[in-house]
Amino acid sequence: MSAVIQDPALIEVNPPLVAGDPSYHDLTEKVSQIVEGDVLKTPTKYWITLSITSIITVLLGAMLTFLVWNGIGVWGNNRPIGWAWDITNFVFWIGIGHAGTLISAILFLFRQKWRTSINRSAEAMTLFAVMCAGIFPLFHTGRPWRAYWLFPIPNTDLNLWQNFRSPLIWDVFAVSTYFTVSALFWFTGLVPDLATLRDRATSRIKQVLFGFFSLGWRGSARHWNNYEKAYLILAAISTPLVLSVHSIVSFDFATSVIPGWHTTIFPPYFVAGAIFSGFACVMTLLLIARWTLNLQELITIKHLENMNKIILVTGSIVGYAYACEFFIAWYSGDIYERFTFLNRAFGPYWWAAWSMYTCNVFIPQLYWFRSMRRNLWVMFIISITTNIGMWFERFVIIATSLTRDFLPSAWGFFHPTWVDMCTFFGTIGLFLTLFLIFARFLPMIAISEVKGVLAVQKQQFKGQREIVTK
Amino acid sequence: MSSRTSLISIQSANPTGKKYWRSLNDLADTAGFREFVHREFPAHASEMLDGKSRRTVLKLMAASFGLAGLTACRRPVEHIVPVINASDAENYAPGEPFFYSTVHSMGGHVTGLLVETHDGRPTKVEGNPDHPHSLGAATAFEQASVLEMYDPDRSRRVLQGGKETRWADFDGAVSKLGFGDGAGLRFLSETVTSPSLNDLRTQALKKFPKAKWVEYDPISRDAELAGTALAFGQQLYVHPHFDQASVIVALDFDFLGLDSPSPFMTKLFSKGRRVESEEDLDKMNRLYAIESQFSITGATADHRLRMKGSDVRQFAMDLAAALGAMPGLNVVGNGGADKRAKFLAALAKDLKSAGAKALVTAGPRQPAAVQAIVALINQSLGSACVTYTKPVIDKSNSGVDALKALTGEMSSGQVSTLFILGGNPAYTAPADLQFVVALSKVQNSIHLGLEEDETAAAAKWHLPEAHYLESWGDQATSEGLGAIQQPMIEPLYSGRTASEIVAVAIGNKETKAHDIVKNYWTAQDTFNKPGNKQDAWKKALHDGVIAGMKTAETLKVTVDAKKLATALAAEPKAPTGGIEVGFYPSSSAWDGRFANNGWLQELPDSMTKLTWGNAAMISPATAKAQNLLDGDIVTLSRGAVKMEAAVMLQPGHADDAISIALGYGRQKCGSVGRGVGFNANLIRTSDAFWFAPGFAIASTGKKHLHATTQEHGVIDSLHASAERQNDRPLAREGTAAEYKKNPKMIEEMAEVPELHSIYPELKYDKGYQWGMAIDLSSCTGCNACVIACVAENNTPVVGKDQVIRGREMHWIRIDRYYTGDENDPQTIEQPIPCMQCENAPCENVCPVQATSHSPEGLNDMAYNRCVGTRYCANNCPFKVRHFNFLNFHKRGDEPVNLTVGTRLAEPEITGLVYNPDVTVRMRGVMEKCTYCVQRIEEVRIHAKVDGRRQIKDGEIKTACQQTCPADAITFGNINDPNSRVTKLKKQERNYAMLAELDIKPRTTFLAKLRNPHPELGA
Repeated sequence: MSAVIQDPALIEVNPPLVAGDPSYHDLTEKVSQIVEGDVLKTPTKYWITLSITSIITVLLGAMLTFLVWNGIGVWGNNRPIGWAWDITNFVFWIGIGHAGTLISAILFLFRQKWRTSINRSAEAMTLFAVMCAGIFPLFHTGRPWRAYWLFPIPNTDLNLWQNFRSPLIWDVFAVSTYFTVSALFWFTGLVPDLATLRDRATSRIKQVLFGFFSLGWRGSARHWNNYEKAYLILAAISTPLVLSVHSIVSFDFATSVIPGWHTTIFPPYFVAGAIFSGFACVMTLLLIARWTLNLQELITIKHLENMNKIILVTGSIVGYAYACEFFIAWYSGDIYERFTFLNRAFGPYWWAAWSMYTCNVFIPQLYWFRSMRRNLWVMFIISITTNIGMWFERFVIIATSLTRDFLPSAWGFFHPTWVDMCTFFGTIGLFLTLFLIFARFLPMIAISEVKGVLAVQKQQFKGQREIVTK
Repeated sequence: MSSRTSLISIQSANPTGKKYWRSLNDLADTAGFREFVHREFPAHASEMLDGKSRRTVLKLMAASFGLAGLTACRRPVEHIVPVINASDAENYAPGEPFFYSTVHSMGGHVTGLLVETHDGRPTKVEGNPDHPHSLGAATAFEQASVLEMYDPDRSRRVLQGGKETRWADFDGAVSKLGFGDGAGLRFLSETVTSPSLNDLRTQALKKFPKAKWVEYDPISRDAELAGTALAFGQQLYVHPHFDQASVIVALDFDFLGLDSPSPFMTKLFSKGRRVESEEDLDKMNRLYAIESQFSITGATADHRLRMKGSDVRQFAMDLAAALGAMPGLNVVGNGGADKRAKFLAALAKDLKSAGAKALVTAGPRQPAAVQAIVALINQSLGSACVTYTKPVIDKSNSGVDALKALTGEMSSGQVSTLFILGGNPAYTAPADLQFVVALSKVQNSIHLGLEEDETAAAAKWHLPEAHYLESWGDQATSEGLGAIQQPMIEPLYSGRTASEIVAVAIGNKETKAHDIVKNYWTAQDTFNKPGNKQDAWKKALHDGVIAGMKTAETLKVTVDAKKLATALAAEPKAPTGGIEVGFYPSSSAWDGRFANNGWLQELPDSMTKLTWGNAAMISPATAKAQNLLDGDIVTLSRGAVKMEAAVMLQPGHADDAISIALGYGRQKCGSVGRGVGFNANLIRTSDAFWFAPGFAIASTGKKHLHATTQEHGVIDSLHASAERQNDRPLAREGTAAEYKKNPKMIEEMAEVPELHSIYPELKYDKGYQWGMAIDLSSCTGCNACVIACVAENNTPVVGKDQVIRGREMHWIRIDRYYTGDENDPQTIEQPIPCMQCENAPCENVCPVQATSHSPEGLNDMAYNRCVGTRYCANNCPFKVRHFNFLNFHKRGDEPVNLTVGTRLAEPEITGLVYNPDVTVRMRGVMEKCTYCVQRIEEVRIHAKVDGRRQIKDGEIKTACQQTCPADAITFGNINDPNSRVTKLKKQERNYAMLAELDIKPRTTFLAKLRNPHPELGA
């Protein structure tokens, strides 16, 4: 048969999503092999990395124990700064989680096929990020052993209803819904892949475990039908969550009276920021995974470039929101509002604010240039600076607004203690540990979904053996 | 047909003859393979469900439903349990408090008090409304004195040579001391205000004619007496009637604060200051303050002139000259300083026009010369606002000079027995007297004291003193009005009073304080109303004042101007040059006696907001000239004396001068106060007791962190401008003249738009609706309310480290703002309790509804529901909510270092001082001002028991309101048109802070009105 030569220029602009024209079996092999190797034969650098992150996770446990034993006073929180690193970290982690859901759900509804090789890890990242986030609302309370009072479950202690007017209760519902739906969605997507692993299992344990979790999948038309329906419904449920969860988290601040918090721009601002930081985090993790596991053909430059475009857009929205806040502060004429923003830029925490502006607004503008968008090192560095900047954004909003509000007599300073820092560091350890375990024991790439893309691609590029990739 | 004779059997029956196999397992036809083939789907893939499986599923569901009944097994122990008052008892209901009258004396000032006791122990101090010096109010020191009694580091043992012994041993040893004619016998006491002790003194000096009794107090009224002696030829007490004066001059006299540890002068002054209605605007008095450091009197003053303490004398002379009080004397001025000249001119004019209603006063830290000039000035003005009385208790051997003479005698070995009755002279005596060295030369030195302090360590004998709340005694005011001091509890540590020691020393028969006091008073002529002595005694104990007692007569005395002029001219010229260091009483430690009192150590100084320490206060200009920053540790040296202290910038302080508070740097002190602050006694010498020029100041390069409750250290321009409140209408003020012209001026300071709510708002118009009005015009910022609240509501002390971290727990705080020029600002003090907002931002955001609104308008706090998310504190625009970041009530003796801060431990005995009507909060829980809801409920219960009657206006007094010497706080029912608080809130100058947030606070403020002289402007 004659080869159908595609226009090379077109291919470069719109390259196939799966490079190297693998067969279906190749695809399965490539992804499953990572999971199926003998545990004891896992490369040493994995074990070293896992040990380090596990130690950091143990550090987290130690910090939380120290905290519950002695009280919130072991952190730097004080009056007036009731929330500092604790809630900054909470919003930071929840924000990171949003990218996964957006990639899984929203891009699915928009039929963006390029999501298929990244959605599994992104969704896993969401789950782990929400777990890390959830630590903070629980432990930042003065009496965490009573935290169950935040849930509308009957209890014999005081048997009172919660205060449904409080944004913190909305948080409880939002975050738990988010976690539940994300977990369900992730798990649903995993089922066919777990069945693949079950069928390829060489040991009895693997067979039983994968078998249990694949829910008896047999790849029948009915099963696929149910699967597609479930996936679609969950995608549809998850989509509004991307917008609602972080909007509700932003209500923690927007509904208060404190200048710097009391602003209606927060919901879209926070959602954009969450997607921004989430994509950056996905980027960081995927770049590392891609490099160590040789997934270059599955996670191509095209995928990464698309993610960078989203980073650019959301970063610009965030920058616009900053400008908006400053403008409205001036335009409103409100003395407290004006002072808050002057204080942000030129007060004692000016360095935090300027880190935030630099990392979130100025640096991502590099992505206007195609060469920047496609450069792996640039991507890696920017993904990290973005997350640093976004952490500072939450800190600037939460803590510095509290340091100087209405009554100058109540103004104060915040200094983090080593417990604050180690706790945050510990959650990073927890996140990485969970991710490493996931990467080792579960399929990182949605095999069945990529096969779907591959099928279409085989039609599109029929006969073409050599395809240009970078 | 197949044969199964071997493990591997190969099926041979096959039409084609060839055997096709898929895998080795297939070939071997193993059981596993057959099973694999038999199954349609891979292992563990689900089969089609059959009936049996469905049933199993249902079984499982039922089981899990059954398991849902399990609950958590162990619950953590609940620590929040309020003590519940038993009610409806006929007479004594266990838990209901009893109030007892007593009286407190400090530095020569006497205040009658009522002490609330629960279950036989004192828990709270209040003022005695029937005592003329209290009129219901009590100062911060008096409020904190109840904690002093429960001080775990209080002296409990009789020590001889540092070793514990018994009272019997002491009594025996004293009886063996033969004093003969008393040539070697000396007594050293604090200011004697007790008539019965004075009587014992007379007996002692009669029995031992050569003995001497010296009174020494590091802070006293000696200068007052020396001044009148100079002016009138005899020692007289000065009684300024601030309530009658329309123009008042305070020459270095912080009479609203530290120079008067009794509420009396503030009560008088506030009478003339208070504006309850429009008519009062014309009657407002005018206060001029001339001082070195910034005191609350200076803050309240309409006009303030800052100058070194030593320069006040010249100013007084110039004022006398300007008024023509001293013939031949001309105004000298100080080199054409415009502000001073203008000030002087306006002041003289004002005083002249006030005439009989003028009142010039000099503070107890100014020398006799200034006191005398002031007496002359008042005389020349024809002032009717000052009267003089002869001391009812002899003061001829009192003061620094008397101590100097005594120390000389001690050093030269003339003293064989010295009784030190209270006080801590080893710490407080002027440095040049070398008191400790002199004390070592006394064979039998006996110290009676509340603490095992510096003097206890230096004396041969130390005896534990009984606290005034646990012992019998009496005190008389400077006018001679007596009151009985009765105990509420047996002495905790078998302590004795000074009277008892003297009685034992002089060999009297009655040696019990009760007998001493009762026998003394029943022997007095004045003590015969009503009826017989026994009834009179009971009434005296009940009332807290001795009824019908004749007080000292006001004397008509005159100053001989010429004689005074000659005497003044003869005085040696004071040295000048260098930095002048001034000493002043500490608002926390006083002279050091309260160093171990956690409530007072944590109390922020009114002006500096400094806690847990003192500082060398210096003006910003001088600091700049000396290249000093806040927190720099400097050495102050003059001749043989020197000390180290950390500098603190004080706007409004006199230039080239430093002020430092006494009472810090104590070493032999309990764990609370040991080593706190810098010891100013090291540089205090007898020749320059209150201010000393000629100090050299040198930076050591070391830095010190001040624990202030208001950001003070970092003055960046953004912060400074807001602290100076240029544009925030929070603490509002205006002049009386402006206000009269435009009563709406206060309201106009903030733009409040029309406020709409998207919800239908609750109408608070039924029953009692509690509200509060705080009059900034009356408030002096004296801090009495802060301590009263701490005492009433069991607020924990958090310690210096936690204050630095910003976690102090005071439910009411006093904000201090400066306005104007950094070097010469005006100041306003604003008490901030919880505003009890009707639309409280804190209530909406609590996820567990731990804070909710009562139908009477209170923002209630349910401690046992609080999980501690702290959103309410974040959302409070006033930041009046306080979180228990650590367990501040954890039992222990030593502070605990958590490496992320230090947590003070609470000794067991501190539990006794707690008010049983108020919960003690555990860690992790939010707390705040409750409008003293326990008091509201107590009165409500009483009203109910009394036949469901209405609660009368003024029947409920919040702790802060009750103790305020200036009556600045008013609490009551705003739903009652006749209540005092409603009338006050109707004033035009009444405003709510942050009203534009639509929070509708129930606590509103009455703007401060100053009454400046038209020529001097605002």
